[in-house]
Amino acid sequence: MTVKVQAENFDLAQEMALLTDDDKSVGAVVSFVGLVRDLHAGEKIQSLILEHYPGMTEKALESIEYEAKSRWQLRQCMIIHRIGQLKPQDQIVLVLVSSAHRSEAFKACEFIMDYLKTQAPFWKKEITEKGERWVDARLSDDEAHARWQ
Amino acid sequence: MNLNILYFARVKELINLSGEELIVPAEVDTIVKLKVYLAQRGGVWTELFNGKQLIRAAVNQTLVSDNATIKKEDEVAFFPPVTGG
Repeated sequence: MTVKVQAENFDLAQEMALLTDDDKSVGAVVSFVGLVRDLHAGEKIQSLILEHYPGMTEKALESIEYEAKSRWQLRQCMIIHRIGQLKPQDQIVLVLVSSAHRSEAFKACEFIMDYLKTQAPFWKKEITEKGERWVDARLSDDEAHARWQ
Repeated sequence: MNLNILYFARVKELINLSGEELIVPAEVDTIVKLKVYLAQRGGVWTELFNGKQLIRAAVNQTLVSDNATIKKEDEVAFFPPVTGG
C-alpha cells in the first residue's frame, strides 16, 4: 500500500513500474489520472489551489486502500494526490491498482476514486478572472460513493 | 475540558483562524453540542455553526457524524464537504 500527498508532479510509467516491481502474478493494472480542467460553472480557471488536512489525509487514503483490498483480490494499490497550486491540464490525482485479473482492478480503481472524492480531506479553491472561490461539493459525488455501501 | 480545534478551507478563511486550544464545559461532549457552543460566539461563527450550513467534522483525524462524542484532549476539525480528486 502506498499513499503520497505531494506538490510535485508524478510520472505514470514510473509509478506503474514501481507498483508491479517484478510481481509475476499481476495480470492487470488499472490507472486513473485526474487532470485540472480549464472551465468550471462557465468560468475560465486560471489556477487551482489544493488545501488538505495533513495527517488525516494520509490516514483517510490508507483506510480507503485498505477497504478496497478487503473487498477485492488485489495485488497492490497506489494513490498520489497533489497539493498546492495547479494549472489547467496539470495532473492532480493518480490511482493505480494491480490484480491477477482485470475485473477486480477496474472495480477497485473506481471505488477508490469515489471514496477519495467524498472522504479524503482535500479542498479546491479556483482562481478565475473574477477572483477566488471555493469549489462546492457535488451531489453526484455523494451518489457515486453511496452505491458502494 | 480542553480540546485542540482545527479549521480548514472556507471555514478557516471566514473566521480567519486555522486552529485554537479551547476549554469547554464538560457537558459539551458531542460534535453537535460543540457546534452550538461555537455558534454562540456570534457573527460569522453563528452563520457557520448554527446548523444551517453543512460543516463536516473529524475527531482525531477520522470523519464523524454530528452525534459523535468528544473527550478531553481530542483533536477536533471542522471543514466544508471535501472537494479533492
